[in-house]
Amino acid sequence: VAVAITPKPQTSLPAQDVQLLRRVYRLALTARAVDERLWILGRQGRVNFVLTARGHEIAQIATALTLRPGIDSAWFYYRDLAAALALGVTPYEILLGALGRASDPHSGGRQLTAHFSAPKLGIGSVSSVVAGGLPHAVGAAYAARVLGQDSVAMTYFGDGGASSGQTHEAMNFAAVHRLPVVFVCENNGYALSVPLEQQMAVGSVADRAAAYGMPGRSMDGADALAVHHAACEAVQRARAGRGPTLIETRVPRMLPHSSQDDDAYRTPDERQAAAGADPLPRLRGQLMDCDALSDDQAEAEFDQIRADVLADEDRAVAQPEPEPARARRWLYAE
Amino acid sequence: MTQGQHGITFLEAVNAALREELARDARVVAIGEDVGRKGGVFRATAGLQAEFGALRVLDTPISEIAIAGVAIGAAMRGLRPVAEFQFADYMQVAFDQIVNQAATMRWRSVGGWGCPVVFRAPFGAGVHGGVYHSQSVEAFYCHVPGLKVVVPATPRDAKGLLKAAIRDEDPVIFFEHKQSYRRFRETVPDADEVVPIGVARLDRPGRDLSVITYGVGVHHARHAADVLAAEGVFVEILDLRTLAPMDRAAIARTVANTGKALIVHEANKTMGVGAEIAAFIAEELFMDLDAPLVRVAAADCHVPYNGPEEEAIIPNPDWVIAAARKLAAF
Repeated sequence: VAVAITPKPQTSLPAQDVQLLRRVYRLALTARAVDERLWILGRQGRVNFVLTARGHEIAQIATALTLRPGIDSAWFYYRDLAAALALGVTPYEILLGALGRASDPHSGGRQLTAHFSAPKLGIGSVSSVVAGGLPHAVGAAYAARVLGQDSVAMTYFGDGGASSGQTHEAMNFAAVHRLPVVFVCENNGYALSVPLEQQMAVGSVADRAAAYGMPGRSMDGADALAVHHAACEAVQRARAGRGPTLIETRVPRMLPHSSQDDDAYRTPDERQAAAGADPLPRLRGQLMDCDALSDDQAEAEFDQIRADVLADEDRAVAQPEPEPARARRWLYAE
Repeated sequence: MTQGQHGITFLEAVNAALREELARDARVVAIGEDVGRKGGVFRATAGLQAEFGALRVLDTPISEIAIAGVAIGAAMRGLRPVAEFQFADYMQVAFDQIVNQAATMRWRSVGGWGCPVVFRAPFGAGVHGGVYHSQSVEAFYCHVPGLKVVVPATPRDAKGLLKAAIRDEDPVIFFEHKQSYRRFRETVPDADEVVPIGVARLDRPGRDLSVITYGVGVHHARHAADVLAAEGVFVEILDLRTLAPMDRAAIARTVANTGKALIVHEANKTMGVGAEIAAFIAEELFMDLDAPLVRVAAADCHVPYNGPEEEAIIPNPDWVIAAARKLAAF
């Protein structure tokens, strides 16, 4: 009996795209592994506040990888764990912060989980004020212009942050002065519990770009290549002195807003749909289609990353909490 | 800045400090509404754009949040921005950026990010400016760790303190009382004088009572001291110059000297800067007091546009004279 073997459909992608997807995938797995541990530590009462990137990872990584860490700058909000990893923040540092340890280099355990700050990587200090960092990105771009540097500022915000007046002022300022800024919206459809249709009367955050006189794109946040190419174009445009760009990535919020949120405002169907929109399996499929990854490799890779993150966690847990007397340090220059 | 025979005004001192700092350090920029082509609604930035270009003396949209936030981001990435709020009343629009962002930046990044930004703002009443061009908002910012708050009263201090503010590594709020702007001229040293932040100035020595004040209160106190001197009462005037950090040692010295403290400010009385000064004296200097503390301050009201109502609520020299006479007689 002859067995017909149907060959796997081959997708041909340029080698550099395959390489990029491979990198995005690895970073996304790392983000996922850290995310998993944070939720577990949260349930154990060892981490007080968990903010998740789950579902946003690919959009974050695909955009952040267009930056040159230490030359360009990134201005995150609190959901940007995967983007931070893409710029060189380590799982160990993230765990130190989440556990409130003194040696957390980002905030010494003073800020909530995923409130990054890494001057050497060009990562501005994240605040919990949604869109509070957008004007800082514009300021960083203005500084680059004054100092004659070709650095670009990329700033991230959610659909919730899109409603803030800070967003309007930052975008208008950047556009008026044609400053090198890339605005990246991670639109997951919820400002905590408030759905998109109660946040804005237009269909898309990107629709607003035209009103500021800058290009706006609304994209599937799971399409790593398309998002990356759009971000590259925006960065090049910014660097060439042609002003800011707004990129909206549509992403699922796979989990509750935070560990303090019960997500009860979404129906079980809505929650299931969000969880089912996980962008990672699709990326994995893409890599498998072009023979850049096998099932066994994928499993082994994730296992290894998870083991590494667990080892990081053990190290982080062993670190001391701050001395109480440290509380008033760094209020002013020392 | 060429000084006339009688020196320069406070406003000219601000302009001179900005010009000299812009010339000295390529990282210094001045941004705000109307600071460029117009040179500022009070002319504090007059001529600077022509001299230093439209990028370093930047006209911005009417966007106080962006003015503050852009200055913060630029400071984090290497500039020394001087952001002007056209009136202190509009700083409230940018309260998040000043209080939640600038003030916490160094602390929340455990020293990683500095935020060497100066927020300049004309403040104060007496110009028929109504509620949105007259407020004294300094107490809001003195309440916030991480900020420095400076209120010079004289041209020399305005110049020297603005230079200090621009060179400071931390965010400084620099309040300029509108009634100080063209009040008098003073000779300012041609040398590059920097007046240290956090150090009060004994404006006038005296023996009978101390007026502890700042901003326009210094001018009121000088007037009152002249009047009382003719009556044989000698008033010591302490010009705080900086409200945060406050020069508590200087307050202690003057209270020890006279035993009587009259605290004067134009801002509202309740929860004002004077309340902190009074609490400090009560907690730490009680045994030096020969009389109860007295405060002269605004009447806990918004500032009206019309003259009679404004005069009714904003302290003037007569209020200080009356309070000083009463305290001297205690």
